This record gives sequence, structure tokens and C-alpha cells, in this order.
Amino acid sequence: MITILDYGLGNVLAFVNVYKRLNIPVSVAKDKNDLVTATKLILPGVGSFDNAIEQLDQSGMLPSIEKLVFEQEMPILGICVGMQILARSSDEGKLSGLGWIDANVRKFDISSMPIGSYLPHMGWNDVEPIVDSCLFKGMDHDARFYFLHSYYFECDNRKNIMAETDYGRPFNCAVYKDNVYGVQFHPEKSHHYGSQLLKNFSEI
Amino acid sequence: MLRPRIIPCLLFRDKGLVKTVKFNASKYIGDPINAVKIFNEKEADELIFLDIDATVNVTPPDFSMIQKLAAECRMPLCYGGGVKTVEQAKKIIGLGVEKVAISSEAIINPSLVSSIAQEIGNQSVVVVLDVKKSLFGKHEVMTHNGKKKTGFTVVECAKRFEKLGAGEIVINSIDSDGQMQGYDLTLASDVRDAISIPLTLLGGAGSLSDITELVKQCGVIGASAGSMFVYKGRYKAVLINYLNQEQKDKISLAACRKND
Repeated sequence: MITILDYGLGNVLAFVNVYKRLNIPVSVAKDKNDLVTATKLILPGVGSFDNAIEQLDQSGMLPSIEKLVFEQEMPILGICVGMQILARSSDEGKLSGLGWIDANVRKFDISSMPIGSYLPHMGWNDVEPIVDSCLFKGMDHDARFYFLHSYYFECDNRKNIMAETDYGRPFNCAVYKDNVYGVQFHPEKSHHYGSQLLKNFSEI
Repeated sequence: MLRPRIIPCLLFRDKGLVKTVKFNASKYIGDPINAVKIFNEKEADELIFLDIDATVNVTPPDFSMIQKLAAECRMPLCYGGGVKTVEQAKKIIGLGVEKVAISSEAIINPSLVSSIAQEIGNQSVVVVLDVKKSLFGKHEVMTHNGKKKTGFTVVECAKRFEKLGAGEIVINSIDSDGQMQGYDLTLASDVRDAISIPLTLLGGAGSLSDITELVKQCGVIGASAGSMFVYKGRYKAVLINYLNQEQKDKISLAACRKND
């Protein structure tokens, strides 16, 4: 069953609602006992990097999640700050990230961006898949998603980049490494494009 | 390409939706959840939902209503009305709302903006400034549904709240509210030139061309409207409506040309 990790951050209900509408079984995990029925994990997140890492630590679920992800190779999808904490570190915080993908999170440099760019990057933007990926399967070529962030994910290796978005410069908006996936945008708030992506994740 | 955000704004009073003219003469429009369902179907870019009585009546946000809204809403949602503490803002975000708007309380207690931003992140903090043109042509910020003067100009306030950590400023023009005669473009430009965070204009939109004019002048910006998305026709029959994809693409193109 798709299991949304509820560690006190992010819009858990919105994911539950999307899956309910798609008639895909979904559950919410608040502690490690709730992870027993999980077959796929969603790691949401809003707010700051350090706060997300701290809250995830305090949830007590992290050791069990690591077991599922690395021993059972269970797919996990990080969303927004839930994606960013997959990296090693962030310009936003002092704490180390999970480091599951070789990457750092950087702050957009507004001074080097074209006039008419503002921070946070807020609104609907295009997503360009650069590899043929299961997450973007069946998606219109004009797929667009809702973004709300001031920091962006920067992979060390091109091979971990699944899709890019242009905001002043192209940045990594969807990334993957084996069974670990992350997207910067909010599929749970991106109408039919987002539903399609979440459905695709459930079918991996 | 980042697109302009075209945002229906819904006003909440006595458990129902209303629409005002110059912040007065509120008319009942319908049920909030029903309206959200229609905007879901029409795939609106975002929604702004403002409880216009919470501050005036000194009541806290109606959390159970917010929860229902957030659960129904399939697009990003900004809630405003009666938010006075960091805890309330955190709770609202926890209910599944993307952005929390503060208005009167930000004027009374500006440091609240930074405290909330620290907890939930700048990107989720919106300051709504209700603005009225004075006799001398200055745009002054008002509170309590336009009844109290603050003595601050809109540009002063917008700059100040940007510094304090707001992630977006929404300018609500009292003079243009319900007029459907176009946005106050001078007001829009003045604020756009003064800050480097996202900006949304509310008040005055009556047609597609009003929104096009705004983006031609300001580029990628938030264009919010009440009347335009709840009324239809000359006699203002209540009918929830929104732009189609083709209309939205035209607006995006106009914004793109400005930014080039």
C-alpha cells in the first residue's frame, strides 16, 4: 500500500485525497508500526531543511524507513523539502541531509537571474523530462507543475537527473537514484498532471 | 517558463461566500466547498480564501472549516483571516494549506511576520495589504475591512514586510473592489518596482483583457479576482467561472513578451 510518512510536515491529507480519488489504497504512517503494510513511501515536506531533518529524526521512523528503502528496495518519493533532505546538505541549514542522492541544495542567486525573476520561485512552471522516466509516463508534453521554493536541488551526477525546470537557469526538478525519487514541485496540488505522476509512482 | 498566476479570491462571512463592492455591500454568493469543487474542475492556478470577519469580530480562524477546504482543494490554497499567532499559522499549514496570509495583525505587530516565516518558511507567508487612494493620490494601507487608516504608504509597507520575511505580497485595492473596470496599474507598478518577492494584485479585474493589461505592464505576476470569477454577464448573475487553457496561454505569452 502507498504510505504517506506523517512526521509533522507537509500536506499529508492532500496526498491521501489524490490517491482516494484514484481508487488506489493509501495509508498514513505516524510511527514505525504503521509501516508494516507499506509497499511504497511518500516523504512530503514544507518549511526549512533543518526543521524537516529534525522532525524526521524525532518521528522515530527513520531507522525503519532506511531498512525498507535499502534492504527491501522499496520505492520512496520525496516531495519539495522532502526531496531536498535526500541531499547531503543545504545552503539553508546546518544539519546534514540524508545523503541518499549525491547532491547539495543551493539557494537561487537572484542577482544572477534575469530581470523579472523573484524569490521564492512560486507558481506553475514547465517540467522537461531529460530521460524516459516511469514518473512522467503518459504525460502531455506541456506538463506543468506547481512550485513554491527558494532553494534548488543540484546533483553531482547528470545520471541522477530525471527532469529539469527553467527558472533563470535550468535546475533539477526531479531526481532519482535506484529506488529513491524526489520532485521539487507539488504533484498533490498540480491538478491532473500531478495526479498522473502520483499514479505513475504507485505503478512502479 | 514560469506563468502568471491567475487566482480566484473567495471571501468568507457567516459560513458562506460573499462578494463586496469597495469592501461594502456584501452579497451572498454560495457555499465555499461547492465553489472549491468547481475551481478544482476548472483547474484554477491557486485559490485565495479570506475570512473577512475574523479580525473585525476578534475571532480566531475557523480551523474546522479550513480543514474541510484544504481537504477539498486540489490546487494551492492561501488562507487569511484572524491569524494572530505563530501557533495558529503552524496549525493552518498542518491542515494542508500552502500559504497563510496576515493582514491587520502584520501592521499591529510586524515581527509576527518574521516569527511565522521562521517556523513555516518564507515561501508560505503572505502579507495582504488593503490599499485606498487618499485625496492627494497616495496609496495608503488600511486595516479592519478598510475602516482603519495606518498612515503608511503601500510601498513602505511592502518593502518592510519583504525585509521581515514575507514570501509574497497581495495588494488589495479597496477603490477597485467589485468595480470590474481593470486593475489599478499605477499601484501595481509602484509595488512591483519596489520589491523582489512575488506580488499579487487583487481588485478591479472584470475581463480577460484586464488581466492581460496587468501582465503586459508587470510581467509574471499574480492576478487575483473575485467578481470576475463569481459573476457572469451584465446583470451579475452568480456563476462560478474561470479561464480556459487557451485564455491562460495567451496571458502567459503576454507576460513572456514583457520579460523578454
